[in-house]
Amino acid sequence: MEKIKCECGHENPYGTKLCEACGKPLEDEEKSSTLLDMRYDGVARRSQTYNKTIVDKIWNFFSSVKVGVWLIILTLVASSIGTIFPQELYIPNTVDPAEYYREEYGIFGQLYYTLGFHNLYGSWWYMLLVASLGVSIIVASIDRGVPLYRVLKNQRVTRNENFLKRQRLFGQTKTENIDETMEKARSLLKRRKYKIREENGHILAEKGRFSRWGPYVNHTGLIIFLFGAMLRFFPGMYVDDLVWVREGEIEAIPGTGGEYYLENEQFIVDIYDKENTDEVFLDALERTEGPVIKNFQTNAVLYKRVDGGTIGEEPELEKVKTHEIRVNQPLTFDNFSLYQLNYKLNELNKMTFTLDHRETGESVGEIEIDLFQPEEEYDLGNGYRVVIDSYFPNFTFNEEGEPTTISSIPDNPAFIFRMYSPEHPEEGEYSFVGIQRNEDIFKENDYQMSFAGIETKHVTGLTVRKDLTLPFIILGGVIFMIGLIQGSYWSHRRIWLQRIHGEIWAAGYTNKQWESLKRDFQALEEAGIQMPEDRLEEKEKQKEKE
Amino acid sequence: MVEISRTLLYIAFILYLLGTIFFAVSVTGKKWRDKDGAMTGNRWGFFGFIVTTIGFISALGYFITRWIAAGHPPVSNMFEYLTALAITLSLAFIILYLIYKTNVLGMFTLPVVMLLIAYASLFPTEVEPLIPALQSDWLAIHVSTTVLGQGILSVGAAAGFIYLARTLDFTQRGKKVFWFEFIIYTLTSLLGYILIRYIFQWMNYTAQFQYIDENGQSDEMTYHLPALIGPNEGELLTSGVMRPFINAPAWIRSDDLNTVIWSLITGLIIYFLLRLLLRKPIGARLQPFLKGIQPTVIDEVSYRAIAIGFPIFTLGGLIFAMIWAQIAWTRFWGWDPKEVWALITFLFYAAYLHLRLSRGWHGERSAWLCVIGFAIIMFNLIFVNLVIAGLHSYA
Repeated sequence: MEKIKCECGHENPYGTKLCEACGKPLEDEEKSSTLLDMRYDGVARRSQTYNKTIVDKIWNFFSSVKVGVWLIILTLVASSIGTIFPQELYIPNTVDPAEYYREEYGIFGQLYYTLGFHNLYGSWWYMLLVASLGVSIIVASIDRGVPLYRVLKNQRVTRNENFLKRQRLFGQTKTENIDETMEKARSLLKRRKYKIREENGHILAEKGRFSRWGPYVNHTGLIIFLFGAMLRFFPGMYVDDLVWVREGEIEAIPGTGGEYYLENEQFIVDIYDKENTDEVFLDALERTEGPVIKNFQTNAVLYKRVDGGTIGEEPELEKVKTHEIRVNQPLTFDNFSLYQLNYKLNELNKMTFTLDHRETGESVGEIEIDLFQPEEEYDLGNGYRVVIDSYFPNFTFNEEGEPTTISSIPDNPAFIFRMYSPEHPEEGEYSFVGIQRNEDIFKENDYQMSFAGIETKHVTGLTVRKDLTLPFIILGGVIFMIGLIQGSYWSHRRIWLQRIHGEIWAAGYTNKQWESLKRDFQALEEAGIQMPEDRLEEKEKQKEKE
Repeated sequence: MVEISRTLLYIAFILYLLGTIFFAVSVTGKKWRDKDGAMTGNRWGFFGFIVTTIGFISALGYFITRWIAAGHPPVSNMFEYLTALAITLSLAFIILYLIYKTNVLGMFTLPVVMLLIAYASLFPTEVEPLIPALQSDWLAIHVSTTVLGQGILSVGAAAGFIYLARTLDFTQRGKKVFWFEFIIYTLTSLLGYILIRYIFQWMNYTAQFQYIDENGQSDEMTYHLPALIGPNEGELLTSGVMRPFINAPAWIRSDDLNTVIWSLITGLIIYFLLRLLLRKPIGARLQPFLKGIQPTVIDEVSYRAIAIGFPIFTLGGLIFAMIWAQIAWTRFWGWDPKEVWALITFLFYAAYLHLRLSRGWHGERSAWLCVIGFAIIMFNLIFVNLVIAGLHSYA
């Protein structure tokens, strides 16, 4: 498209509304209205200039602030819907979601589930919404930012009369000594930290131009942030796992490929009790029911595997470091972090039984069963031995009424023992022993297994996390914040003072905070420049009177 | 130390009350101005500013002494957070007063500050020890930044409210006047709630109920207000107190519902007493006092407040929040309801700031948006904490 040549000699790109150099209105419609549309200084924006091809149409759609605001509002509304009932993430994972939502929240819960709102933030349409927002941010920023940068770089000090006359703040001052007034104004503006440019005796005082770039900087930050969030879906970038470690045991840390191991030396839970707590808290503790937890802590030792690591062999470990893992104080190593998240107190670990003769009550011997690695047979000597026929770590009866186990965690251990004795050397006697139960199976036995004691251990539950997207998230966040502050806490102010027809013409423009700009003009009154009138305010006052 | 802290908060409350009166006099007191010219009127505003500043310093004293007493920043429960919001709101007012010298802003902001402190004091006020999740320096960093941001955004709402009171046409009854009066009604309801709770607290009123909860278990519940609505299959155990008219079904928290109904009724009574006294919509009575205010100036005040508050809120409520969440909860973002509502607040103000770029969204429309923004902040603060269960339900 052809360029538009202004009478000042500057060549403007097609679609420019105000000359980039002198500000002269270039379009007829602009000439008729009283106040100039100063948004983006009247630059030629692609979205305002072309609307023919499909690319133009898409570009124009996403560059529109109106579309952007709609996308924001839609995201806002969608996000709020996701908080009506808990997301699937936060419901107990032992239940079927379909049933859970129906039972807990009735017909609305069922509807919520059917519409997929239980997993709203991971749904394709929510992601599409956020992605469109991202596109909108990029397109709108390029559409405005690039030409705006060019025009502010190209602007000349000397402005067209029409440009000055049709600013929101405009005033004319007749003065005897123009040179003196201009000089005074110059130093006043300088004192107010304006950057001054002079040309043919005219003045352009400008301040805070960098704040105009704030929106583009913060949008860049947002895009980097969204990009980082997207990276999570690539394999290897993100690990989210859980490891349970019993006191005194060493476990391989999942996600590290068997490279790292963790030992739980001790797990500690402290509560606030009356003796060890500061006096000021006592009133509050009295009011709360139940104990208030003071600390969860795993005294952990991190190991690294040093040998080649043939599977099946005992790993050769080297101690890396010790750390007290608490909430808010994760153990960090090699991009991984281990967080104190869960625990189980007093998990059954070992059980001891004695083999007793029923009639005499005499004890033949004692066996200790490791509930995680029970031995098949315990030999008590003299022809006495106990064989574990069946072991149910978490015992229950299944639908057919047969004993079975729910899991391999010994929450409710039960055994079928075969007790061999000199009296029963061949077949042995069968006995079923569990918590609160001790039954003979086939016939009345001569011997029985008596419960003698248990040993328990605390178990710590640690979240294993690796998140390689964090650098992007942090970078995006920092850039976003810088841009936001840059755009919010400064404003771009310009004051034009020109000698025209033996007068001083003063005009001012700011992208926001007009009251502050007016105060700068008030200061110029000292130099003898009349306070320009605010035409927008005048217009509104006029309207109110009518 | 806790006693000193409490006393300082009382003093602050009284000073804010004085500040309100001074600012009200400076705005409405035509008589003073007529006698001695405009200077006197201005001086009342100055007095108001001085008193408010001293009040803020006293409130800051409360905050610091309580911090020393507890050993952790006093922002860990509902009482402490709401009080902190009241303090930052007064601080935000002071900042904007320094920029724009608007007395009328004080007249409307300080009563809200007082309401917030009074409301906060109805929650348990004891100093509580910290649970493990809160034991972090990020408690001070995240919460104080967020609360400061919210305080400044709230001043924007107050300025928006003033804009509406100044410019709406109250001679024509329509949707706008209705919603404006509705804003006033929500404030009188809050006032009603505070008054009624204090009155019955002072009378030591309790009514004990035995009831059947949603799991079919028998339990007991204590009401601190006379029961209009009793719990499910409730049996009154206390003698000599009012019997409920009906009982609520089991899935409703009947004591909360009862409190809400009391607040709404008291609010309605206060509102209609006001209407009776003024014989016009409240806004129509306010408007003449506000004639001296430039709408463009107050519009800019509200925009300025949002522009100052938004980055601070974003920093505290999203950025610092994410950093802490990564440290304490293993992930920087988890779609917890409070997180989502912080995001919603962010999106809302982002939409506001973008709309300010468009023509036709300055002035009245943007004033409505500021008020809605405040409603979202309060919703996140109160409703999301108390009603929607989530990781932030400490209070």
